[in-house]
Amino acid sequence: MILFGQVLEVLIGGLLSGVLYSLVALGFVLIFKASGVFNFAQGAMVLLAGLALVRSLDFLAARGIPVWAAVMLGLLFAAVIMAITAWLVERFVLGPLVNQDGLTLFMSTIGATFVLEGASQMIFGSDVYPLRLFPNDAWFLFESVFPGGILVNKLDVWGGLIAGALVAGLAVFFQRTKTGRALRAVADDHAAAQSVGIPISWIWFVVWLAAGLVALVAATVWGTKLGVQFSITFLALKALPVLIIGGFTSVPGAIVGGLIVGAGEKLAEVYLGPHIGGGIEYWFAYVLALAVLLVRPQGLFGERLIERI
Amino acid sequence: MIRKLLVLAAVAAGTTAIAGPALAQNEQFIPLLVYRTGPYAPNGIPFADGVSDYLNLLNERDGGINGVKLTSEECETGYATDKGVECYERLKGNGPTGASYFSPLSTGITFALTEKAPGDKIPLLTLGYGRSESRDGTVFPWNFIAVGSYWTAADIAIQQIAKEMGGFDKLKGKKVSLVYHDSPYGKEPIPALEARAKKDGFEFKAIAVTHPGVEQKSQWLAIRQDRPDYVLLWGWGVMNSTAIKEAAAVGYPRDKMIGVWWSGAEPDVTPAGDQSIGYKALMLQHPPGKFKVHEDLEKYLVSKGKSIAKDDFAQVLYNRGLINSMLGTEAIRTAQTKFGNKPLTGEQIRWGFENLNLTADRIKELGFEGMLKPMKFTCQDHQGADQARIQQWDGKAWKTISEYFTADESILAPMVKEQAAKYAAEKKITPRDCSKES
Repeated sequence: MILFGQVLEVLIGGLLSGVLYSLVALGFVLIFKASGVFNFAQGAMVLLAGLALVRSLDFLAARGIPVWAAVMLGLLFAAVIMAITAWLVERFVLGPLVNQDGLTLFMSTIGATFVLEGASQMIFGSDVYPLRLFPNDAWFLFESVFPGGILVNKLDVWGGLIAGALVAGLAVFFQRTKTGRALRAVADDHAAAQSVGIPISWIWFVVWLAAGLVALVAATVWGTKLGVQFSITFLALKALPVLIIGGFTSVPGAIVGGLIVGAGEKLAEVYLGPHIGGGIEYWFAYVLALAVLLVRPQGLFGERLIERI
Repeated sequence: MIRKLLVLAAVAAGTTAIAGPALAQNEQFIPLLVYRTGPYAPNGIPFADGVSDYLNLLNERDGGINGVKLTSEECETGYATDKGVECYERLKGNGPTGASYFSPLSTGITFALTEKAPGDKIPLLTLGYGRSESRDGTVFPWNFIAVGSYWTAADIAIQQIAKEMGGFDKLKGKKVSLVYHDSPYGKEPIPALEARAKKDGFEFKAIAVTHPGVEQKSQWLAIRQDRPDYVLLWGWGVMNSTAIKEAAAVGYPRDKMIGVWWSGAEPDVTPAGDQSIGYKALMLQHPPGKFKVHEDLEKYLVSKGKSIAKDDFAQVLYNRGLINSMLGTEAIRTAQTKFGNKPLTGEQIRWGFENLNLTADRIKELGFEGMLKPMKFTCQDHQGADQARIQQWDGKAWKTISEYFTADESILAPMVKEQAAKYAAEKKITPRDCSKES
């Protein structure tokens, strides 16, 4: 019973961690689904959004603004920063590259990554900035059944709820709105979308803004967990196997991929790691991703690409 | 930020001004490998600020060292070994006599430069980090692992645990886990802890955390299940505060955690807020806070807007940066007694390091009384000291909670000798005969 309780605890912890990875992966999916661009800069966008939020919160708190008002104004400020970023990316990075192939667009987002990382640290600082928007302590469940109970972190549960709300919102956006359908048309073919009157510049601005807002949401959760700091950009690497497993074009896939990666890597680290030297969870997530690639190259929920020759 | 850029620009302008052709022949160049950006910047910045401020203080207050102006140039490594080596190659030849010494603030970069320094004849000053066996100057003539090694730290951490438990005999059958950064730095204490576990009879377990350490849930769930009596933390940067938060989340008592001296600065505890209260860490002898040297720093730099420090002034890592520059410049000063008051080569400065004798009087004269104990380097001993204290975070500040511990050399000295001999055999190095050197 003790062992069962321990495995269950690691499994639940892993699943909830996976949902937090999904929060970052959703930003990737959004841009890929809507524009066919793999946005390498998503991790840097989380950093920028987090820094803008936490630094504005610090600024407002120091001037005696009530906490609720400071949070609202801070979120608004960070959203404006992400809107400006979206406009700059569309205007100076992607706009001039319309109709170029996917690799060119991907390379341009690598460039954007370094610019965003450098600029955000230069403007907002490179220290660790604590953010306390959600509770960070834990519940201990079923203590009468398992000695010590099953540990569940409250922040992880908040992350799960937020991810669920995001998925529902994005599903409605893509399926039920005119802009959402236009985004999908642009992703299929830039030129064809332009030929039927879809304003590609506007669509790209909208999708990067949406991804920026998703990054802001991810930053609120990860910032509370780690403090807002440069290391948040490394979350992009945690999101990559999630995308490979779930599929680059599927919002629900990002959630399922996150659950698989989170549970898989935690179980592997705790029960396999000690036998092979430990520190295996980073690469074990990619082992899972490679296994999925062998069976379903498009990911579990990705769209199967059929091209006529 | 803008203020910092302006100060940096002013410092750069000042450096350029004194780097004119007329003065270029009377300058001692000190390269600065720093990381002001990237995942480890919160820890890299205060150290770099302390290093620079002390060099600037010597120029502003004393006109350099015995009339020889100090010049410096920062190179951003981002804590990456490849960039560190690139910076080393770029800066090693600067100044009229080349680089005085390098302090990379990275065990990984130190490992790489240990291979290069002998060829270039440039000392490596690695204050409390680097290869533990590099204490042996007969095999590592260019490495100066000043003040303490990770083996020193590991041994003293176990001494503190024994003290808290009521004696070494109480360690038998207890569990001690090491949560370490999965890098050369994090792995370094393992042999010393294994040796102590064998001697004292406790169960030792090493738990790796992958760089940069943002995700540690599985490690701390394993600790919750294993319930060790103590956890030693060998982290850097974000890994430290994340470990403290995860320890709090799984209910592991913070006062049963002891961090190495690189896990015991303000950026390691403040992000975790009240969850850090009770957490302990080793001190590389010195505490945070102001001492006599800070009065001069305030008089000659801060009050004139010439300090590049901001909130980090007199913090743990800022003070460590001051000590780093103090040791390096005292080695230069010592070397001048033999080679003259002029710019010196790395080889001449190595002689300065090997003959550096920091007495209590000299430490007081330099304004570092209360920060350091006397230490003496020799041809054989490139560490100079093997003592440390323990501090504890009370939620607002670090409080020193112990007297000085001295590492148990009956365990460590044979390990240093054995590992240095192994290194010498691998690299086909013939150890120096110190009795034949003056």
